[in-house]
This record gives sequence, C-alpha cells and structure tokens, in this order.
Amino acid sequence: MTNLLDVENLWVKFPTRNGVFDAVRGVSFSLGQERLGIVGESGSGKSMTGRAILRLIRSPGMVTADRMDLEGVDLLSRTEKQMRDVRGKQISMIMQDPKFSLNPVMRVGKQISEAYRLHNKVSKAEAKRKSLEMLEAVAIRDPERVYEMFPHEVSGGMGQRIMIAMMLIPDPKIMIADEPTSALDVSVQTQVLEIMDKLVKDRGMGLIFISHDLNLVSAFCDRVLIMYAGRVVETLAADKLHEAQHPYTQGLLNSLPRLDAPIDRLQVLQRDPAWSEAPSVNT
Amino acid sequence: MSEILIENLNVWFGEHEERVDAVKGANLAVPKGGSFGLVGESGSGKSTILRAMMGLAPTWSGKIEVMGQPVGHERSRDFYRKVQMVFQDPYASLHPRHSVDQVLSETLSLHGFKDIDTRISKLLDDVGLGPAFRFRYPHQLSGGQRQRVAIARALASEPEILLLDEPTSALDVSVQAEILNLLTDLRAEHGLTYLMVSHNLAVVGHICSDIAVMQLGEIVETLGVEDMRAMRTEHPYTKHLLESSLLGLERS
Amino acid sequence: MSVTDPSSQGLRAWLLTDTPTSRRHAKLAAIYQAWLSFKGNHMAMFGLGILLFLVVIAAFAPILAPQDPFIQDLGERLLPPGSEGYILGSDSLGRDILSRLLYGSRITLYIVTLVAIIAPLAGLFVGTVAGYVGGWADVVLMRITDIFLAFPRLVLALAFVAALGAGIENAVLAISLTAWPPYARIARAETLTIRGSDYIHAIRLQGAGPMRIITKHIWPLCISSLVVRVTLDMAGIILAAAGLGFLGLGAQPPSPEWGAMISEGRKFILDHWWVATMPGLAIFTVSLAFNLLGDGLRDVLDPKEGKS
Repeated sequence: MTNLLDVENLWVKFPTRNGVFDAVRGVSFSLGQERLGIVGESGSGKSMTGRAILRLIRSPGMVTADRMDLEGVDLLSRTEKQMRDVRGKQISMIMQDPKFSLNPVMRVGKQISEAYRLHNKVSKAEAKRKSLEMLEAVAIRDPERVYEMFPHEVSGGMGQRIMIAMMLIPDPKIMIADEPTSALDVSVQTQVLEIMDKLVKDRGMGLIFISHDLNLVSAFCDRVLIMYAGRVVETLAADKLHEAQHPYTQGLLNSLPRLDAPIDRLQVLQRDPAWSEAPSVNT
Repeated sequence: MSEILIENLNVWFGEHEERVDAVKGANLAVPKGGSFGLVGESGSGKSTILRAMMGLAPTWSGKIEVMGQPVGHERSRDFYRKVQMVFQDPYASLHPRHSVDQVLSETLSLHGFKDIDTRISKLLDDVGLGPAFRFRYPHQLSGGQRQRVAIARALASEPEILLLDEPTSALDVSVQAEILNLLTDLRAEHGLTYLMVSHNLAVVGHICSDIAVMQLGEIVETLGVEDMRAMRTEHPYTKHLLESSLLGLERS
Repeated sequence: MSVTDPSSQGLRAWLLTDTPTSRRHAKLAAIYQAWLSFKGNHMAMFGLGILLFLVVIAAFAPILAPQDPFIQDLGERLLPPGSEGYILGSDSLGRDILSRLLYGSRITLYIVTLVAIIAPLAGLFVGTVAGYVGGWADVVLMRITDIFLAFPRLVLALAFVAALGAGIENAVLAISLTAWPPYARIARAETLTIRGSDYIHAIRLQGAGPMRIITKHIWPLCISSLVVRVTLDMAGIILAAAGLGFLGLGAQPPSPEWGAMISEGRKFILDHWWVATMPGLAIFTVSLAFNLLGDGLRDVLDPKEGKS
C-alpha cells in the first residue's frame, strides 16, 4: 500500500542579508492513514514543513527535496495551477486562529459552500445542503442558524469547528493542522480534538498535527516527530513518550511544571550545539 | 495584615443596556511575601482584576487596599513605585523603537533614581541578561529575552508587589521554565509579593501557594495549592478545569 | 564594496551587528540597516537621485545657468530649442528658458521644503494630542481640522492675496494651511491604535505624563507614515504652487517660478510650444521623482514589524 505522503530530505532556505537561513534541514518522513504529530518550539521549522508540503512558500524562499510524493505522485514539480487542484481537495490545512483564517465580511455558511463549489461543479442549493451536513458532522447543533452567522459572532471553539468543516468538505486525503487548538480554552480544546479525531478516522485520512505542546500531541496522535533547529531529532510512538532517548525530548518533558509532581526549580533545558549539527532522523 | 486586599470588587464596561460586567463581587487577600494565583478561561475576568488594581480599568466599585492603604480611582507616583506589572505578550510590551537601555533609563529616571548606569547593569544581571543586551532593540531579542527585559523594567522601581499577567503564555516551553525559575528566585531574593494570572494550572501550581478560580467574572472557589493537587475541590467548575488540564499527560 | 578590503569589511560588520555596544552604535546601526533596505528599491533610488539633482542645480544655479534669467532681449524672443545660446529656446521676452528653469528650481525647492515641514508638523501635533487625550479636546481639534479641510485651496489663496498682497510666501502659507488636515487625521488614527498597546500602558504605569508619552513614545511611531504621506503629497503641492503661479497668485513676474512660466507660455502654445512645455516637463519630472521616492520609503518604513 503506497503511503499517503512521502517526504525525503526536505530543505527550506531563505536568503537574508547575512547569508542563507535554513529553516528546514533535511527532514524525511512518511505518512499513512495515521495521525502524525510534529512537535517543536518556535524556530524548529515545524510550520515551515507543513507549508512546504502545500507549496505555500513563496520566493525568495526555496524548497528542495529528493522526494515529495502525494500517493506516489510528485508534488515538487507541479505547476501552480496543478497545486491549486491539490490544495483543499487532496491536502487541506487548518491554522491556529479562526479569527484570522475566516473571511470576516462573509457569512460562514457561504464560505463553506464556496470551498465546496471550488472543487465540485454543483448548484448553490446542493452546496448549501452539503455545508449544513458538514456543520452537523462537526457537532454544531443549530446548523441553519450558524450558517447565516458572521465569523465575529461565533466563539473560538465554534470558529475552529467551522474551519474543520470547511477544510474537510472537499474530502481531502490529508489534513495538516498547524496549532489548531492553541488559541482555544482548555475545555474547548478537548471537544475540537475529539471531532477532528472522529472525522479523520471515519474518512480514512492522514493527519499531520503540528504543535508546540508535546503532551497534547502524544495524547492525540499515533506517532510523534520531534523537531529542533530544522531537523528531526527523534521519532516515537505516541504512547512511548516516556521512553524518549534524545536529550532534547527528555529536556522538553522534564522542563514542564507538573501539577502532580511539584518541584522547587524546574529543570532547564541545556541546549547542546551537537543537536543541530547531527543529521535528521529518518522514519 | 494583607499586602493586597480586595473586597466586593465589581468592574464593568459600558452603561445601562450596554453594560458588560467583567468582574462581579470578587474577594481575595494576599499576605506579604505571598504568591496568589488567579485562574480561569478567557472571559473569566482574571486579567481585568489586575488591570483594575493598576488603574487601567475604567469603571469599578468596591474596595482595593494595597499595603494597608486604600486605592482610589487615581494612582499616585508612590503607588507605581511599589506595585508593578509584567504583561503577557513580550512582543507587545516593549516599545519597538526604544532600546533596552532607553526603556530602563526612562523608567529609572521617572522614579527619581540618579545612579542610572549602575542600576541598569544590576537589573540586567538580576534577570539573567548580560551587558551585551543593553543597547539592543526589541526586534533583536527573542521572546524570552524580551520578557526578561519586561521583568527588569518592573523591578527597576524596587517594588514590593508584582502583578503578573500570563507571563509565560506566549513563550516556548523551555523558555517558560527559565522565566518561572527566574520569578521564583526574584521573589525569594527581594521578598516580593506576587499576584499572578494564568489559564495554565500547572504553571500556577508551580508558582503560587493559593489559587482563586474564576468563571464568568466570579470567583467560584479559593483553595490552597495542596488541595488543588490532591483534587480536593468543592466547586464542579474547578474540578472540570483540573480534569481538562490533566488530559494529555503522558500515558504511563 | 570589496570583500577583500579589511577596513570596509570591519565597518560593515560593525554596522550590521546584532549586539551594539553603545547608544551611538545602536543608532548608527539602525540607520545603516534602514538605508540598506532602501537601497534595494531601485525605483526609490531613482527618485532620490532626481531629487538630489534638483538640490544641486538649485544650489549651483548661478554657475550652471548660461544666461541671466531676468535680462530681456526682444530681438531674441521665441527662439526654438536648439538655437545658438538658447538650448531650450527663449520665451516671449527673449529670456533663456533653461536659465529660468534653473533659477526657478530654487523657488520650487523653497515652497516644497516649507510646506513639507509646516504641514506634517502641525498635523502631527494636532492629531496626536487629539488621539491621545480624547474627550472634548479630540472633538474640538478634529472639528477645527474639518474646517480647514473644507477650505478650497485657491479660494483661500485669493483671500490671502486680497488681504496681504500676492507673493510666494503667501502662496506657501495658503498651501500649508490647506495641506495639514490629512496629516492630523493620519496621526490621530495611528495614535488611537498605539494608545492601547501594552508598552504605552507600561510607561503610564511608571508614572509618565501625557506630554512625555506623546512626544517620546507616540511621535516616533507616527513619523514613518507621515514621511511617506508627505513625499507622496509633494507632487500635489508642487502642482498647487504651480497652479497658484499660473493664476498669478504666487510668485510675481519676473520671478522664474515654473507655474508662472507655463502661464506666460499659454498664449504661444500653438506655434511656440516650448515656452509652456519646458517648465511643464520640469514639474512632471520632479513630481514623478517624489512619487517614486514616496513609494520606496513606504516599502522601507511601513513595517512588517512584528514577531521576529
């Protein structure tokens, strides 16, 4: 069975006044019908990796890879027109704050229908019906009413669920979620994650979950990649997190304050320059 | 005698039909040298209490007492010397065109200090930044470094009380640990009193000894940190918050 | 810049550093880095070049001008461009057009500089005070702004001429008084946004008063949008001065102001097109230069500042 996504030796570079900055350095991984988490701090290159897959990085940024295949078909050499076919229809992306990813002057229902009609030639009525169906699928209880609302009228959690509806309505094979719950309250996070989980499983999709929250990712995903300074330093099965070998992963885990394990001074991560020198770990 | 005493605090925005009550009937007391946490989700009113204390909230009623003195609707120079605030977003709390040196010297001269050079060096040392950072602009600093500068600015006036508004929410996990340790050390060294707001129960549990839980503008429960750790809570909302926070701890 | 020259390498590295060692060092480094951004915009550099050229010819007009701009020679009137001694031709009184353009650049520069200083400064002051203090001060100042905004420029200039007599200074005054309101609006809008920032709260919480906050914290942030707006407005200001000159309300004859020159050339436009066209081209070139400069400055100064 071919993997949904194969990435080999991905590099993302940006030329600056002081030389070339490497945001992603030789990252390789494969994605099947599973939930893959990519964890890292700011500057680790995790968001850049997600954007590189969707070819969203504009010049002067440069994206190179030995291989970047969607179900065996190359992504790197596709033209912009071909990529528009991929984006949304085969790979979709959810970002952090629905306040910034939903069009503020358009009713949400219309945005979802528009997303659907971009990739399917159907009538407006049919698109509306599908949109309402999708809103129900993301556990919005009053889809008719919410359909007519504007983004500023919905709460953060609902906004994010609307984004999920919008991104899943064209039935993509892969969803990339870039910090989807970071802007949400803790109790709402659970609800949104459960919905994402259910939909991804039901549709047999692959999910790439990008986050800075190691614990959240390990509870939600099947496999986790840990990134540091543009490279993958470790990859683990999510339930084996406590068996992490790499000192960076261990450092991340140990520097978190724990309600159930009080401590006087938190362990501070000592960055070893060797971590950014070592080559990327492959999965 | 409490260092900070708040009784029946109400804070609202707008009038009549458009009135929104951000805080309703809040009561809390923090002893000298103590460290008190306010937790809740967005919209709970926790940051509004801090802002009301600093004079940044427009309309409020009730009693606020700091170091035994009642606080009215105006704040005196003396108040600002003794009570300082650290803001949440390190990317927004420093003036983009002022260097670290300018920020600290302006603060020090506003409070009437004369030996500005020595004090700046000492402040930068206290917060773990060296003299190399003194003339940098904010865009040349990382998030953690900016937050350290914000803490240095707060300490410049030699305050007794620090109000901390989500001081580590915008920071990476590893940087958060450094800043939390710094805050712990500073409190021990200078005998400060902390009132901290956060949505992160683990962070609050690490720094604070007493915690008030807020929901929709009201303090629903006040408890000690040991009780919180042991889940000996009374109010169902507290329990709900604790359970949501514990989700995602590593499976063992 | 030669990579092999050690002294230039050292200076460049010093100016590009991330760790300045003194206040002066930090300021110089900031200016240098802003200059590097600006340098990369070719259109803007072109605009800057033209304007520097304007300054040079204004400064050296007496040396560069082949003839005296005021001496009339009716025997040499209306000579076409390319005539002996009259490269751009002569006007209806036999005066050399090139020399008059060169001397006229001084007047253009004078007008432009005065208005560029008075209007934005007045607007900055009014706008920031209105925006920061709010309340009735805001209402009063903004209504005053509205009143000035409603004045038609030419009518105001006519009023000034009637009251004070025609002349270049009165033209400048008339233009400045009608040019400052948009800057007040911009400054006020920026102030309203900045006012709610945490860094303003922070300095208030150190006990800073409104004057300090407005001058040291708000003004530095408004300056960039005002500078961009001024350069983009320059073209309009030059044309306004030319328009007033055209109507005889600005510089008086025999002053070689470019707008007045166009006016004088109007009568001869069909058979002796150069008398009006040459000054027109000069105005066009300078306006274009300011537009390009303004575009470039906007790219440099309009911050995408934010998270590093």
